[in-house]
Amino acid sequence: MSTALPVTAVPAYDVEAVRRDFPILSRTVYEKPLVYLDNAASAQKPRSVIDAEREVYETGYANIHRGVHWLSVHATDAYDAAREKARGLLNAAEAREIVFVRGTTEAINLVAQSYGRRHVGPGDEILITALEHHSNIVPWQLLAEEKSARLRVAPITDTGEIDLDAMERLLSPRTRIVSIAHLSNALGTILPLERIVEMAHARGVPVLVDGAQAAPRLPLDVRRLGCDFYAFSSHKLYGPTGVGVLYGRSELLEAMPPYQGGGDMIRSVTFEKTTFNALPYKFEAGTPNIAGGIAFGAAIDYVTGLGLERIEAHEADLLRYATEALLEVPGLRIIGRAREKAGVLSFVLEGVHPHDIGTVLDREGIAIRTGHHCAQPVMDRYGLPATARASFGLYNTREEVDALVRAIHKVIGMFR
Amino acid sequence: MSDLRDLYQEVILDHSKRPRNFGALPGATRKAEGYNPLCGDRETIYLQLAGDVLADVRFEGTGCAISTASASMMTESLKGKTREEADRLFALFHDLITGKGQGGGGPALGKLEVFSGVREYPIRVKCATLPWHTLKAALQSNGATVSTESEGPAAESGGA
Repeated sequence: MSTALPVTAVPAYDVEAVRRDFPILSRTVYEKPLVYLDNAASAQKPRSVIDAEREVYETGYANIHRGVHWLSVHATDAYDAAREKARGLLNAAEAREIVFVRGTTEAINLVAQSYGRRHVGPGDEILITALEHHSNIVPWQLLAEEKSARLRVAPITDTGEIDLDAMERLLSPRTRIVSIAHLSNALGTILPLERIVEMAHARGVPVLVDGAQAAPRLPLDVRRLGCDFYAFSSHKLYGPTGVGVLYGRSELLEAMPPYQGGGDMIRSVTFEKTTFNALPYKFEAGTPNIAGGIAFGAAIDYVTGLGLERIEAHEADLLRYATEALLEVPGLRIIGRAREKAGVLSFVLEGVHPHDIGTVLDREGIAIRTGHHCAQPVMDRYGLPATARASFGLYNTREEVDALVRAIHKVIGMFR
Repeated sequence: MSDLRDLYQEVILDHSKRPRNFGALPGATRKAEGYNPLCGDRETIYLQLAGDVLADVRFEGTGCAISTASASMMTESLKGKTREEADRLFALFHDLITGKGQGGGGPALGKLEVFSGVREYPIRVKCATLPWHTLKAALQSNGATVSTESEGPAAESGGA
C-alpha cells in the first residue's frame, strides 16, 4: 500500500495548508461543513487565482495585442505568460502550439471543424471510445453527418477498460482521426494513451486527447505521449471558467484552416483577400477572456507549485481509501473497476435512486454529482439510468470520505 | 431550513417502496411515456377512459422516490375522476409543489398534500411533475415521449 516516495527533499503533502488556500472550503451548507466532492464537474478556486483575476481588473486591464499604450502591453505580456505556463504544464515544444479557447468542448469542436472538415470525407471514419463525454461525441457526429462519414466506437469491458484489440480492429484504412478521453469522467478509467497513440500512428492517424479530467490530476507530457492534439479546461484545474487550451503539434496547426474569423486572427484584411495571422493567433478570433486567461496562469502556478506527482499521489490515496470504504457498504456497487483509475468514484445503491442519494447527501453538506454525467452512452452500456459520483480534488481529505460514507448509511436508513 | 423528512414523508417513502397501480394496463385506451433526461427517469402512464371519466390509471417505469411516489399517488387520486377534474387537480398540485398557490388546494388535493415539502427543493419539482405531464400527454394522446426538457407544456422550470 505504501507509495514509494523518496524520503528526501519532498515535504509531506499538507492538505490542511492546501485547504486554507481555498476560501470557499471554510463555508457551511445547511449549517454543515461543506464537503465538496464534485470536482470532476468543476473545481474550486484558490485565493491566488481569485486575487489574480481581481488584480487584472484593478491594476492591469486593457485589450491585448492592440494598443501601444502601457496597459495593453502589460496585459498582453501577462496573457502570453499564461500561455507559456500552459506550455510548461503540457511540456509542449513551443508556446505557439497552445491555442486559448473557451474550454475543452470548444477545443474539440475546433479540431472537428478545422482539421476534420478538411480531412474527413464521404465514407471516412472517425474513431472514438464508448466512455466518451458528450463533448467528445457530438462534435464528431455533426462532422460525420455533414461529410457522410462514419463514427466508429471502440467498446469497453465490464470493468470500464478499453478493449484494445477491438479498438485496433476498428482502425481501418478509412480512419481519419482518433479522439479519446485521457481519463473517463463517468468511470474514472485512465486510458492507455501511449498504446493507443502507437496503434493509430502506425496507420498514420492523428490522435486527439480529451484531457478535461486528466489535466488537473495527472502529470502530463504531450511529447512523451506523442498525441497530436490535447484539450483541457481551466475551470477543472482550479482556474476560472471560460478558458481552456487546445494543444496541437505545430505542423498540424499550421496546415489547418481557421476555425472562426474576426479580429486578432488576421494579418491583413482587404475586401479581396485576407491573410491569416501566425500560430496560435490564427485560431483566436476576437477579444478573449483576458483576465480569466491570466488567472488561469495563476492556477497552473498553483498546481505545479504543489506538484502534479504529489497531487496524483494524494488523490490516489483518497480513491483507494474511498473505494475500500464504499465496498463495505451493503448493496453498493461501484461502476468502473478499471485497474488504472483516478479521481472519480461512480456508484449505485440497490433500491435507492441516485437522485435521492444526492438530495440526502446535499443536506449533509456533501456535494456530489448524480445523473448521467454527460455520458449517456456509458450509462446505457451498464444498463443504468444514472449513477452517483464522488470526484476528488487536491484539497479533499480522508475525513471527508468518512463523512460521505456516514451519509450513505443515512440514505440507506431512510430508503430501505 | 426544512428537514429532509418534510420532503421524504413516510407516505412518500411508502409509495416509493410499494408503488400502487404499478404495471401495464391491458385494456388501456391511452398511453404515454414520460422521460426526464437529467436523471434518466422513465415512466409510462396507462389510461382507460370511459367517456370522459378516467376509469383506470396505472403506471410503470423507473424513477427516484419522488417521481415514483408521485406517480403512485396520482393514479390513486385520479381513478373515477373526469378529465376536467384531473386537469384541475394537476393545476392545484403544481401550485402546491412550486409554492405558487396560496395553500388553497386544501381538501381537493387530499393525500397529495404530502408533496408540499417539494417546494423547498426546486430541483426536485420536475421529479414530482413527470407523471402528471405524462398523464396530460396520455389524455391528449399524441403518442410521443414527453420530456421534462422539451418545449411547450411539459417544460418545467427547475429553479434554483
